[in-house]
Amino acid sequence: MEYKLTYNKYKEALMSGKFCGLKCNKCGGYTVPPKKVCMECSSEDMDVVELSARGEIKTYTVIRVPPEGFDAPYIVSMVELDEGPWVMGNIVDLDPDKATMDLIGKRVSIGHKAVKGDKFSAGDGVALAFKLEG
Amino acid sequence: MREVAVVGVGMTQFGMSEKTQIEMFSEAAMDAITESNIEPRDIQALFLGNGLGDFEEGQMNLAPMCAADIGMSNVPATRFEGACASATVAMRNAYLWVASGFYDIVLVGGTEKAMAMGTPMATRTFAMGSDSRYEGFAGITFPGAFGMAVHLYSKKYGIPLQKLKEQMAMVAVKNHKNGVLNPKAQFRKEITVEKVLSGIVIADPLQLLDCCPFSDGAAALVFASVDKAKELTKKPIYIAGVGQGSAGPLYTQKDFTRIKARETAVKQSYMQAGVGPKDIDVCELHDCFTIAEILATEGLGFFEFGKGSQAVEEGKTSLNGEIPINPSGGLKAKGHPIGATGAAQAYEIVKQLREECGERQVKGAKIGMIDTLGGDLATVCNMIFRR
Repeated sequence: MEYKLTYNKYKEALMSGKFCGLKCNKCGGYTVPPKKVCMECSSEDMDVVELSARGEIKTYTVIRVPPEGFDAPYIVSMVELDEGPWVMGNIVDLDPDKATMDLIGKRVSIGHKAVKGDKFSAGDGVALAFKLEG
Repeated sequence: MREVAVVGVGMTQFGMSEKTQIEMFSEAAMDAITESNIEPRDIQALFLGNGLGDFEEGQMNLAPMCAADIGMSNVPATRFEGACASATVAMRNAYLWVASGFYDIVLVGGTEKAMAMGTPMATRTFAMGSDSRYEGFAGITFPGAFGMAVHLYSKKYGIPLQKLKEQMAMVAVKNHKNGVLNPKAQFRKEITVEKVLSGIVIADPLQLLDCCPFSDGAAALVFASVDKAKELTKKPIYIAGVGQGSAGPLYTQKDFTRIKARETAVKQSYMQAGVGPKDIDVCELHDCFTIAEILATEGLGFFEFGKGSQAVEEGKTSLNGEIPINPSGGLKAKGHPIGATGAAQAYEIVKQLREECGERQVKGAKIGMIDTLGGDLATVCNMIFRR
């Protein structure tokens, strides 16, 4: 069976403001970022759905020594989506020097930011951008 | 499956090296071969761990070149890549081929020249262990992943961050103290908790001395079937159990204070060896960051989940503690040439079980373990050795 939500399709949707994932028709579970089969039950029977784009911060770090091609400091965080899966992205509306463990448990809305690629990245990419709610 | 033993070991000095990956491996390999009382032509295959040789020296297909450099030109020579666990994955495969009866004598090890890349490029290439599509563009780094693990751990177990950081610093202090006693270690200098806590921040909350260094180095071992081993050496060290587990990208692992790949792997290792955590006399494990050692001591079953940081503070993991962890100095002080690391851990455990470790000898050690982690907790491979 054809790969339902490829990285390129996921990226195109995200760049146009739609954060998409897969919902399983068998168990109802969500698979985000997309995979070939459901992360809960291994079924291939999944549909592409637009997600609520909201979630809760589970952990974070501030990168101060970056890989080649990135300018530090910046915050990387893992967010648990309201649909269940965890995703990685950047908290973009907070001064990295003000990041503390108080962030954990805070609600975020999820957008995107375009990221320039390098010679190893097979083109430009996109990262999830987390904004603190309220 | 038949029994397999280590008959010879070799290891270079770790740290910055002027030598190539091949030259370093050849030195370690010939020491292992000489110690095994064999010639290179007696060896039937090479299993080589190597992480980033392509980026370090522009060298792909390194294994045949390593084999040729020591006169093993026509035997199967294969590179194994499992990020920082590459050499242990290579060793597990080498073990399985000999245990199966297909080969009688094989060479296994790893080599790496990470310092050639410099910090920005090394940070970029090490981060290739993350999901390049769904994580890499967020600029995650390897220390960043473990920095996030610290915050998860602090929150989950209710240990205030500052307290946890002090306990993590004690891991670095202990491993540096052990490193002083290891002539092949990259760092042979004691440090203090205060010094760890005053270092520059690499990825919150990890500071410089919470992190292992980039390193050059190689290590090698000769594995033989039990019959051959008894002919070749008076001190065979037996491989009692092996295990390997995997996990998907970090986001699929959710609460990564529990490393599922390790829990899967170690169950296999203990079951095959017929032992449990209380039977292990000495352990070399994957302390790429101070928090990583704490997580590993819990995942291997030495301490309850959430109690690993306290165990360090109580001295349970020091050289004379109840379970000495990383007597070699670990990745932290001995160094971490990623493709060689697992083989260097095995080198230390074999030396420990032969009682050849001088001042850092764990007295009377009979059963030893290694544990190696690759990528964002995605590959964990461990092995149990016995006299």
